[in-house]
Amino acid sequence: MEDVIIGLEIHVQLNRLQSKMFCGCSTAYHNSPPNSHTCPVCLGLPGSLPVINRKAVEYGIKVGLALNCRIEEETLFYRKNYYYPDLPKGFQISQYDFPLATQGQIMILGDDGIERDIRINRAHMEEDPGRLVHAGTIDRAKYTMVDYNRCGMALLEIVTEPDLRSPKEARAFLDKLKSILEYLDVFDGSLEGAMRVDANISLKGGDRTEVKNISGFKGVEKALSYEITRQRNLKRRNIKVVQETRHFDEVRNITVSIRSKVEAHDYRYFPECDLAVMRIAPWVPAIREALPELPDAKRQRFVSQYGLTDDHAKSLTSEIKVANFYEFVAGQASPKLAAVWIADVLKGELNYRDRGIDAFRAEHMVEIVDLLEKGRITEDGAVAIIRELLDKGGSPQEIVKSKGLGKAEDETVRKAVKEAVAESAAAVADYKAGSERALNYIVGQVMKKTRGKADAGEVHRLVKEEVDRA
Amino acid sequence: MLSELKEQLPAGSAVEYLEKLFEKIEKSRLNAFTSLAKESALAQAREFDKSPGKGLLAGVPIAIKECISTKGIETNCSSRILRGYVPPYDAHVIERLKAEGAIVMGKTNMDEFAMGTSTETSAFGPTRNPWDLERVPGGSSGGSAACVAGGEAPCALGSDTGGSVRCPASFCGIVGLKPTYGLVSRFGLVAYANSLEQIGPLTGTVEDTALLMQVIAGHDWRDSTSAKKGFSLEGLKDGVKGLKIGIPKEYFGEGVDGEVEKAVWNAISTLENLGASWQEVSLPHTRYALAAYYVIAMSEASSNLARFDGLRYGLRVGEDQDWHTTFSEIRSQGFGPEVKRRILLGTYALSAGYYGRYYLKALKVRTLIKNDFQNAFKQVDILASPTMPIPAFKIGERINDPLSLYMADVFTVPINLAGVPAVSLPCGFAGHLPVGLQLMGPHFGEAAVLGAAQAFEEATPFHEARPEVI
Repeated sequence: MEDVIIGLEIHVQLNRLQSKMFCGCSTAYHNSPPNSHTCPVCLGLPGSLPVINRKAVEYGIKVGLALNCRIEEETLFYRKNYYYPDLPKGFQISQYDFPLATQGQIMILGDDGIERDIRINRAHMEEDPGRLVHAGTIDRAKYTMVDYNRCGMALLEIVTEPDLRSPKEARAFLDKLKSILEYLDVFDGSLEGAMRVDANISLKGGDRTEVKNISGFKGVEKALSYEITRQRNLKRRNIKVVQETRHFDEVRNITVSIRSKVEAHDYRYFPECDLAVMRIAPWVPAIREALPELPDAKRQRFVSQYGLTDDHAKSLTSEIKVANFYEFVAGQASPKLAAVWIADVLKGELNYRDRGIDAFRAEHMVEIVDLLEKGRITEDGAVAIIRELLDKGGSPQEIVKSKGLGKAEDETVRKAVKEAVAESAAAVADYKAGSERALNYIVGQVMKKTRGKADAGEVHRLVKEEVDRA
Repeated sequence: MLSELKEQLPAGSAVEYLEKLFEKIEKSRLNAFTSLAKESALAQAREFDKSPGKGLLAGVPIAIKECISTKGIETNCSSRILRGYVPPYDAHVIERLKAEGAIVMGKTNMDEFAMGTSTETSAFGPTRNPWDLERVPGGSSGGSAACVAGGEAPCALGSDTGGSVRCPASFCGIVGLKPTYGLVSRFGLVAYANSLEQIGPLTGTVEDTALLMQVIAGHDWRDSTSAKKGFSLEGLKDGVKGLKIGIPKEYFGEGVDGEVEKAVWNAISTLENLGASWQEVSLPHTRYALAAYYVIAMSEASSNLARFDGLRYGLRVGEDQDWHTTFSEIRSQGFGPEVKRRILLGTYALSAGYYGRYYLKALKVRTLIKNDFQNAFKQVDILASPTMPIPAFKIGERINDPLSLYMADVFTVPINLAGVPAVSLPCGFAGHLPVGLQLMGPHFGEAAVLGAAQAFEEATPFHEARPEVI
């Protein structure tokens, strides 16, 4: 899509923080009753004053550095003034001139199969407003309720340059960003409202529209695709695209106009004098030093250290939890086999069930890879074990036994037993003469043949059976 | 004096003393109080009578300006829009007062949201000057000054954004201090112009002001502009021998009432006789101070007052309609004309296209004014001037001429722009009306300012003069 120009503004909740941006309220509100995580400061009660959460700024710097940005030397906060019921002070504390981080970039795989940098214009800190709960749809609700639990959560607004060329590339960018944020341990994407996206989109030569507040990455792809089609059709009909703000209706899968440019807000930004300027330049070296290995670096290391294919390495490193899971397994079982089974099988099974890697125990994966490597279960058996573990639980050993998945291995042992008995005529004779101990010799032979992988007790039973029958 | 009162209280009865005050207030024509906290105050007094505490203000009643948050006591800034708002928390200064055993006896009248010089813009009607009931007590902390001067409270707290403690202290013939910006925590002070204002004491004597400062000053982490400094009484009684006093030439002459100027010059002579010397100095940017002050104060006010939308607390009118209609109606009925004027002007000054012309320019002037003071304090220890260019004017005389009202603040607003401390103390009379002497010091130079005030007070009888209020 050569003619498509997309830029994104992403609101990221730094929800791994313990407390909100400017007060001590806990961030763990997701399963709490409305308005139970509030205080005079985040409710903006008269006379209350904000205090910067230093950890939030630290997290912001961490992200800035991971996005290869330049970090401002001091924090400077502004007031963004507008009236809305979710904004209890009538202004949002945000940044304007001198945002925390500027001029960064991250690499994505383009639609043409070539990796390239997407430029980050800026990343600035601000506080999250509350959440509106409409009784019905936004345009037909009889009343609306406000929940201020979310109000005052630390947000990082990340703004890209218009470097994206398709909805798919936008999705790739968001996937990469999410991956980086989770690597930094500042963000948990599984929580509701953790990441909200505004997208600016235009066709070459035309005016742009802004689609606001899209939640979910699938939503971004759908909203952008719809918007491209809409703009293309206008172009074909020789109608000019109007510069405006549009809302993505997730139910109808379309975008609708909510504000034209003439109605655009004047936010009257001016400095927030209640917050002291904080010199952060001295913090930066230590934070840079402590940055964890990021997805691209980890991917390269997986290729060189474990000899994985680039595809497997990519698949295993996109999520930090999967990467950690893989490294745990690779430390105790065949790294290459583990890569195949985690990247190609386990991830698919998890996806199918809409579950995360947390749903599977890494120890179990070690066992499964080990069984596969020793040839004690078939590939079909391994898949069955993984499914059983996900759907019903238990342990691989139990499932092998209860489902008789170890069959292939039994055949090998039986064959070895038969051979050993046939080859040990003297021992058989001794046994028949009453020497119980003579069986031990035959068991030893079987163990030799199976290279010690068989269960000695089981072999003893099988040998006795075979000799008795003979 | 509070020290005498503190000696008398344990011997007599705090309850009895408090009941006498309440009785006087209920008969009073001053309209200094907006509400009395009889129940909680008397309970505290009974407690004190049972076992007198040892706090610096044990058993001492204090009146609190309407804009300082008091837990469980309505805090409405003398505005309709906040009627019924009862804060769930105490301001820092209230916590400190309570910790030292002081008894909050009630809330005092003020100009609506502290916007005024006369206490006439209050939704509760004007407070009267105890020296002349036809005249204003000054503002905006008019209630706090009038109740102390009128013998209805032994001491009070006010707030000073552009002279709101010093002006009424001057008009009512008592002592009022605007501390260095950052010396007293603003946590719990309902903001009018947050970069300018400080809470300050209004008392009968300099010593009492110093005593209150000892209690309310000091670092508070909840106010990010709070300095890591305390206040000490050290040097308060060291006299003025060798003290160099600067007389800013811009603060005398045109526009200053002849009798006011005479009283102030007499005061300077008194200080000279006590061993101080004086010299003329220049604060060359004084003439730009008023304009800069009003641009900054109104800009900040337009944002600070945006939170009053009636959604979470305060006034609700008629039936709820859609968001914009409802909050517009609440604000149009809840705010008085002066508050609306300042919100409108402040909104204008911050608007796109005007921001640089007004707000930014005012900030530049503010820097120049700060430099003026810094330069002056290189030559002299303190500065002296009239607090107000005129004595108390008549109720209704200026209220319809906002510009002439704003002009009256000409000697008080530069102090707030510079953030330095200044005290007003009685230094004589213009006819039957008190005249205030303003002494200004460098940042955190409270000791020098109050030391000179104390020496002057010891040498003169003005602080003993009390009006006969019927």
